[in-house]
Amino acid sequence: MSPAEDRWLDRDAGPIVRPYALIRGRTRPSGETFDLMTMVTAVPGAEDDTYELEPEHLTLLRLCRRPTPVADLAADLELPLGVVRILLSDVRERRLITVDHPVPKRLTDPQLLREVADGLRRL
Amino acid sequence: MGSAGSDQGSDPESVPVAIKILIAGGFGAGKTTLVSSLTEIRPLQTEEDLSAPSAFVDLTDGVEEKTTTTVAMDFGRITIRNDLVVYLFGTPGQKRFWFMWDELAVGALGAVVLADTRRLADSFPSIDYFEQRGTPFVVAVNCFDTAQHYPTEIVRTALNLNLDVPVLLCDARQRASCRDALVTLVEHAIRLLSVSPGPVSFAR
Repeated sequence: MSPAEDRWLDRDAGPIVRPYALIRGRTRPSGETFDLMTMVTAVPGAEDDTYELEPEHLTLLRLCRRPTPVADLAADLELPLGVVRILLSDVRERRLITVDHPVPKRLTDPQLLREVADGLRRL
Repeated sequence: MGSAGSDQGSDPESVPVAIKILIAGGFGAGKTTLVSSLTEIRPLQTEEDLSAPSAFVDLTDGVEEKTTTTVAMDFGRITIRNDLVVYLFGTPGQKRFWFMWDELAVGALGAVVLADTRRLADSFPSIDYFEQRGTPFVVAVNCFDTAQHYPTEIVRTALNLNLDVPVLLCDARQRASCRDALVTLVEHAIRLLSVSPGPVSFAR
């Protein structure tokens, strides 16, 4: 490899726009925090309202057309969880998403657990 | 694995139930292998607070602004039904990653603690954590080719585990073996529900 070629950066070098530039230096989301398993759903037509939204906001809205947990969104966006939580709080403030907390603090429904066990056995 | 691509509307009735299962254990115990034996693996990036006791590990001289560093954990999804999905989180076992354990453990069905008999002590922090928290867990002894194999009762004694904690041998490279570890965990969690409907705790 020639020295000139060495200078090209690949994906491993990290994003061109640092995540914290994307969220303008904020480190905490506004309002209630988003749990890893919080289900997020874009409201119908959310992607039409693009004023002042970053491309990452729009990707986020596209990814949660169906109810999707925060952890899935962060993995799909390939952005740190903290950054995704702030992007989510931006679109929540604009009422572009609905938020559900379907899972209780402790799983106490034996029927649900039996369904999980049966499903795993079929793997 | 993409969750997008459907034009279906946001019917509140269709919000699926997401179940969290943690895959814990020491460095190199086979967490990544186990998750990838069961499902496509994706890194989930999270931030570690460098003001925590780990600061001495990541020297940040000259970059005083930097107070967090990115840590990736293994993340996988198993769809059981359209409305029931299991999420696997491979949790780094070292104490310096404990900042994210509390969030991971809230609402989790339980944990599979992978143990390597050559470095059994590496699984102590995970076991201590789940015992203290009352999170249902099983210990899966990953049978590495080069490691001597021990009966599960020897491992149970070595780990000073309560008698009701399942211990099983597994091969993290084998899908069926990993599946069995998860099924054992879920059955254990069901059993604990019938024993004690409230928070479960284990005294050592």
